[in-house]
Amino acid sequence: MKIPIIYNLRNLRVRWVSSLMAALGIGLVVMVFIVVLALARGFQHALVKTGSPDYPFIMRKGSVTEITSYITRDQEAIIRSLPGIASGPDGEPLLTSDLLVVISYPRGGQGGSHNNVSVRGVSLRAFDVRKDIRIVEGRKFVPGLDEIVVGKSISERRPGLRLGDTVAFARRNWKIVGLFEAGGSAFESEIWGDVEQFIPLFQREGFQSITLHLDDPSGFDRFKAALESDPRLTADVQRESEYYAGQSQELVAIIRSLGIFLTVIMAIGAISGALNTMYAAVGARTREVGTLLALGFRPRSIMTSFVVESSLLSLVGGAIGCLFSLPIHGQSTATTNWDTFSEMTFDFHITPSILLAGLIFALVMGVVGGLWPARQAAKKEIASAIKAL
Amino acid sequence: MKYFRLILINARRSRRRTILTILGVAVALFLFCTLRTVMTSFRTALDVTDETRLVVRNATSIIFPLPYAYKDKIATIPGVVDVTWGNWFGGIYIDERNFFAQFAVDADTYFRIYPEIILDSESLESFRKERNACVVGTGLVRRFGWKVGDRIALKGTIFPGQWEFVIRGIYDGRTPDIDKNTFFFHYDYLEENSWMEGSVGFYVVKVENHTLASPVISAIDSRFTNSMAETTTETEEAFQLGFIRMLGNIELMIDAIGGAVIFTILLVTMNTMMMAGRERIKEIAVMKTLGFTDGLVSALILGEAAIIALVGGIIGCGLARIIYDLSGITLGGFVPSFVVRGWTIAIGIGISLLLGVISGLVPAILARRLRITEALRYVG
Amino acid sequence: MSASIVVELRGVKKIYHRDAIEVPVLDGIDLTVQEGEYFAMMGPSGSGKTTLLNLIGGIDTPTGGEVRVAGEEIGRLSEKQLAHWRSRHIGFIFQLYNLIPVLTAYQNVELPLYLTDLSKAERRDHTMAALEVVGLTSHNAHFPGELSGGQEQRVAIARAIVSDPTLLLADEPTGDLDAKSAGEILDLLDRLNHEFTKTIILVTHDRRAASRAHRMMRLDKGVLETADLAGAGG
Repeated sequence: MKIPIIYNLRNLRVRWVSSLMAALGIGLVVMVFIVVLALARGFQHALVKTGSPDYPFIMRKGSVTEITSYITRDQEAIIRSLPGIASGPDGEPLLTSDLLVVISYPRGGQGGSHNNVSVRGVSLRAFDVRKDIRIVEGRKFVPGLDEIVVGKSISERRPGLRLGDTVAFARRNWKIVGLFEAGGSAFESEIWGDVEQFIPLFQREGFQSITLHLDDPSGFDRFKAALESDPRLTADVQRESEYYAGQSQELVAIIRSLGIFLTVIMAIGAISGALNTMYAAVGARTREVGTLLALGFRPRSIMTSFVVESSLLSLVGGAIGCLFSLPIHGQSTATTNWDTFSEMTFDFHITPSILLAGLIFALVMGVVGGLWPARQAAKKEIASAIKAL
Repeated sequence: MKYFRLILINARRSRRRTILTILGVAVALFLFCTLRTVMTSFRTALDVTDETRLVVRNATSIIFPLPYAYKDKIATIPGVVDVTWGNWFGGIYIDERNFFAQFAVDADTYFRIYPEIILDSESLESFRKERNACVVGTGLVRRFGWKVGDRIALKGTIFPGQWEFVIRGIYDGRTPDIDKNTFFFHYDYLEENSWMEGSVGFYVVKVENHTLASPVISAIDSRFTNSMAETTTETEEAFQLGFIRMLGNIELMIDAIGGAVIFTILLVTMNTMMMAGRERIKEIAVMKTLGFTDGLVSALILGEAAIIALVGGIIGCGLARIIYDLSGITLGGFVPSFVVRGWTIAIGIGISLLLGVISGLVPAILARRLRITEALRYVG
Repeated sequence: MSASIVVELRGVKKIYHRDAIEVPVLDGIDLTVQEGEYFAMMGPSGSGKTTLLNLIGGIDTPTGGEVRVAGEEIGRLSEKQLAHWRSRHIGFIFQLYNLIPVLTAYQNVELPLYLTDLSKAERRDHTMAALEVVGLTSHNAHFPGELSGGQEQRVAIARAIVSDPTLLLADEPTGDLDAKSAGEILDLLDRLNHEFTKTIILVTHDRRAASRAHRMMRLDKGVLETADLAGAGG
């Protein structure tokens, strides 16, 4: 015989203050859990969205990050002439050779402090080669002029990076003639300008990375073999998406594991609260338990009933936690991408699977919090329970 | 005090409930201490900065070098008593996860400007004499089991290739807060084997006294305005702060999480105290008939809540202190040490006391107001 | 022998307010109880017996009239003063014992002594003495849940006498007990009155219990009347 759930619901409602507080406690833990996971996911998401699996990304052999790579003009010319590279409508290869540097730029907000911003020297080709780039305000820069374009997210986060503003670096003044979007990827945190001007200004003699399109995307491995076996070249190639996904894996892992460590410990606290609530509930309902037993319900049903009650409570808490954490979705924040050594903006990213994880977490807390009190309730013998009647 | 016994007896009344509550508070305070220590350990570097040291870097950004020729020009600026230079190396020791700081420094002048780095003169001499010698901190020795004479290979990332070194000295710090996880080697060695010929990564300048810091900063930066490499000079503290700020809103998030943790446990504890209070309605009435005053009864309840929370707080903070002290973690090499400060513990205990008082407040007030005749008639 | 007056009630009224309706429970009670008396009050349930007892014991205040106990007009005292006063003058004995379940028998009896300045050793002496009077020294480490009803009531009585109060107030002390235990409790009360000259006011609807007292009155519809022990009604 199963005890109807309405019994549990009524009981929760009668002790609604106590139930609400226990639920809130669980809700808070779930909220922290979700927020931290959303942080890690958002950071990863921004990186994952950056780059396409179809595009080869070339750096100097052995370089781990773009800013420590180096490709001479000669090598660039050789790579340019390799077979398999797609051409644009104008017949020119769909290939961009970039220079990535970092400049110190004011953060805005509290006065005076600076932070690093990525500046990428590109040719106009880059707008066709890199995925999802769209000018949303203004226009592309004209090579040869002191013009730059700025990614939308960094434009919004820093002072003086709006359309029409002028930015000073490398001893020149650059006018912002356009803002671009990049599908929410890491490129949106960058400033782009004319690579041919940047190279001498930053005292370089070549490029740092090359990204291109293959005319046959399935020919990636062939292209890779050809490039890496060419004796004139000392370069590595990987899929563009792999390069970005591999970045800051440590940071993502650290955020995730810290977050889980944090929430597990918080959960211990919340579970102890849930245990207290349920033990008190069991204690106060000794008479009811006796009555139920006398009516013929089996101890096992009673135990299940209490676990169900505890689970209901925690699911409500979990739902509250999910609800309260939703506003953070899409909130942008930034941290330093240690591989580019500059600031990268990303959004908190809540996915349905994260919410589900939160609810399951809540359920687990509820079951654990209800199990022992429930067992104790079920163990009461009829005689002693009825004695309390 | 005799009432103390009464409180203890009551606390032991539901041993399980008391233990669970103490556990909850201990957990919350443990987390609080952990979070706070993350922040304090990042800022440890700030505590040991020297007000008379300045860092000069390329104005565009730190990844760009400065000409070696600047050294003499900086040295002649009034107020400057010493100049040294260095460069960040950023190599990998076996695995990317074994992160630690590596600097190429000028063997003659660097340790002069950093007297808090303790290196015996014999080691310093042998370091100077050998081109690919290196000096490592006691923290690294403990972490990797190195000793003088060991050959260490680093895989360069900024400066590619396999770089080989020989340990010729182990340094210690004058105080516990000094970072002991850095790897120093010869600037000349870097210069000869890379494009850093004629350039340095940064200069460290010592001024006569801290009041001269500001004017020297302006003097240096204006000296190099409009040249090929403009400079940005800042105090050591400002420079360190810049790195801490690179972590982004970490501080805000840590505070927010810390707040959430404390608030959660406050809710949980309040709930427990209120439930306990409800169970004792009859008893409180009986005590009042015996002659316990309203004030005394509510004080006993408040006292019980405060003591339980306090015990939990002491356990939580104490555990944090002991565990982290023994673990010797360094957050992946990013911080010199991870030690819970005395201040953190004091604040933690204060918070737990406050938590206890707040959670006991409602039941205490209700107990105070309880009317004997109604309560005696109360059927649970 | 001029015994002093312990309890003096004059025109005592008590009205309860329930949802704006006034329910008069006591309607002008006059009563005098002398030192060393054993006084019983009988009456149907709802007649206000407990209310009257509560007024005498200072855990309730009258709506009108004067309540003088142990020379003090307690209606005038503040809550705090009342609490102090109670601890010195009153010993309560309840129908449902009202022992604190988490304290042992010993600790329950000791509890009132916390309000005094006695040292731990002195408290021990008084507590054991009280337990000896009720004959429960052997069970002093047991919890109320481990004792029978009769034993619990004896502990309650020990608690009531431990600080040597002026007056013992018993509200249906045998109401929850079987005949044998009830008899034991009543014997104990007798002893307290005869041997230890305790003033006892007993409220009950049990004829047998009431018959042990020196004097008895009936409380009906808020009014006290002299009762006829042998007569009908009750």
